[in-house]
Amino acid sequence: MRIADRELGRPHFSGRGFKLPVVIVLTYTALLVVAPLLAISWGAFSSGVSATLREITSPDALHALKLTLLLAISASGLNAVLGLVTAWVLVRHRFRGRALLNALVDLPFAISPVIAGLMLILLFGREGWLRFLPDALGIQIVFALPGMLLATVFVSLPFVVREVMPVLSHLGTEQEEAAHTLGATGWQTFRKVTLPAIRWGLLYGISLTFARALGEFGAVLVVSGGVSGMTETATLFIFRSMDDRNYAAAYSMALVLAVVSFGTLILIELLKKRTGQRR
Amino acid sequence: MSSSVARLENRVSCEVGRPWGRWGLRGTAMAYLVIMIALPVAAVVHAGLEEGLLRFWGAVTEPVALAALRLTLVTAAVTTLINSVMGTLAAYVLVRYDFPGRQILNALIDLPFAIPTLVTGVMLVVLYGPQSMAGSWFAAQGVEIVFAKPGIVLALLMVTYPFVVRSVQPVLLALELDQEEAAYTLGASSWTTFWKVLFPAIFPAIVTGALLTFARAIGEFGSIVVVSGNIPGRTLTGPVHVFGLIESHNTMAASAMSVLLLSISFLLVLVVDWRQRRKESRDANR
Repeated sequence: MRIADRELGRPHFSGRGFKLPVVIVLTYTALLVVAPLLAISWGAFSSGVSATLREITSPDALHALKLTLLLAISASGLNAVLGLVTAWVLVRHRFRGRALLNALVDLPFAISPVIAGLMLILLFGREGWLRFLPDALGIQIVFALPGMLLATVFVSLPFVVREVMPVLSHLGTEQEEAAHTLGATGWQTFRKVTLPAIRWGLLYGISLTFARALGEFGAVLVVSGGVSGMTETATLFIFRSMDDRNYAAAYSMALVLAVVSFGTLILIELLKKRTGQRR
Repeated sequence: MSSSVARLENRVSCEVGRPWGRWGLRGTAMAYLVIMIALPVAAVVHAGLEEGLLRFWGAVTEPVALAALRLTLVTAAVTTLINSVMGTLAAYVLVRYDFPGRQILNALIDLPFAIPTLVTGVMLVVLYGPQSMAGSWFAAQGVEIVFAKPGIVLALLMVTYPFVVRSVQPVLLALELDQEEAAYTLGASSWTTFWKVLFPAIFPAIVTGALLTFARAIGEFGSIVVVSGNIPGRTLTGPVHVFGLIESHNTMAASAMSVLLLSISFLLVLVVDWRQRRKESRDANR
């Protein structure tokens, strides 16, 4: 969720060293962000590294991690393709209702994940508007994997659209028109001209999507039905372990997710620098 | 939250490609947004209101729902207030002070966006829970953190920390130092300079960040559900109440509560979007 450009830029300092405002902010950030991180590491390793490893390599934990990865990758893939198409249409096409479609894109950011889950039950559940769909396809959607995938796609939908749109609009259409004039087909123009120009923005959007999808909890909790080992993601595993007072397992898995998110964040920072250079 | 729609509008569009390709793309985009977003929202609004406004009103004003709503609004307000002050200060420090670890601080502020909110909740339980050192110290002072209201506010503070910082920082960065220096030279104290020169310039950005913080806070679930203890009437927040209602198959009440929470955050996001458009059109006319 990029609110604004986070580049630090060239600062004009009015103070150097650890002045009072700096100390206040550092203390606040340390208490709010760093202390909890240290606490979870301590919590996970308090009964030894081998115990932690045992917890995260238990069959349930491994299955949950695999499912989380599967969902995050599928949701990122779907949102990458469909988000790219949507960004393209919103930037390059002019038609009635475009402003409305554009406004729709931001809604998942304003909707509580629990409510997102409820919406999917209302659509695909037993009395849902689209209840014919699971019957026609012969699959279960709610309380099964397809529902969890839809929930993950929903909560992470805005990222690719919102990252690609400004890059695409900044790119303009001159090069595409030149390629077109030289006889390139639409698909060739897209592959050889447009895609290389927007790839960093696109990758940035995808990594934000992936990070969000990896940690999704509320929406997936509501639509999963919570069958351990079948529809349990990493976050659901943590939630169940907390409920069962199996704190070692909960803390270990929480640490794994924190580390993976941290890694994704670093990747995002690197991509952002590339995107910044390209713009 | 939304990017520069107004700026996009000014660009000349060019529609390369054959008509069927164009319609295919447009149809795909429409189907994606309508099926994934518009239809689900319509379904929850319908489910919340289909039994009439009277039932809707009854569902959102029964004592447990009302207490949950009040708790959500109060904790979100407290969080917004604290993070508006601390976020502004953090942005100011990042832009105007040079100190070792400035880059690290800048990166740390993004962490709450990357870490799953459930993990945030678990972290706070480890740090302030009954078995922890900090938790037992606070308990000895008679202060309950986890499974009480302070825990909810702490979770919200952490989850929403980046909003105000990231909203104010670029505005501060773009401000020229001239006016501040002039005020100093004319003998104003640094406090007067802040209030009279700097604050008016960054106030709109603080408000935008605060609105986003509030909107995010009233929807928060993952971190609160493990931290608050979820005691109806005392530490049960709106979204957790919605979850309880779904679990007990009370779809109508869950939808009614959802519609109310959704309306509040939609309204806030609309205000943010409107303010951004207004600012962009003003900048464009300058």
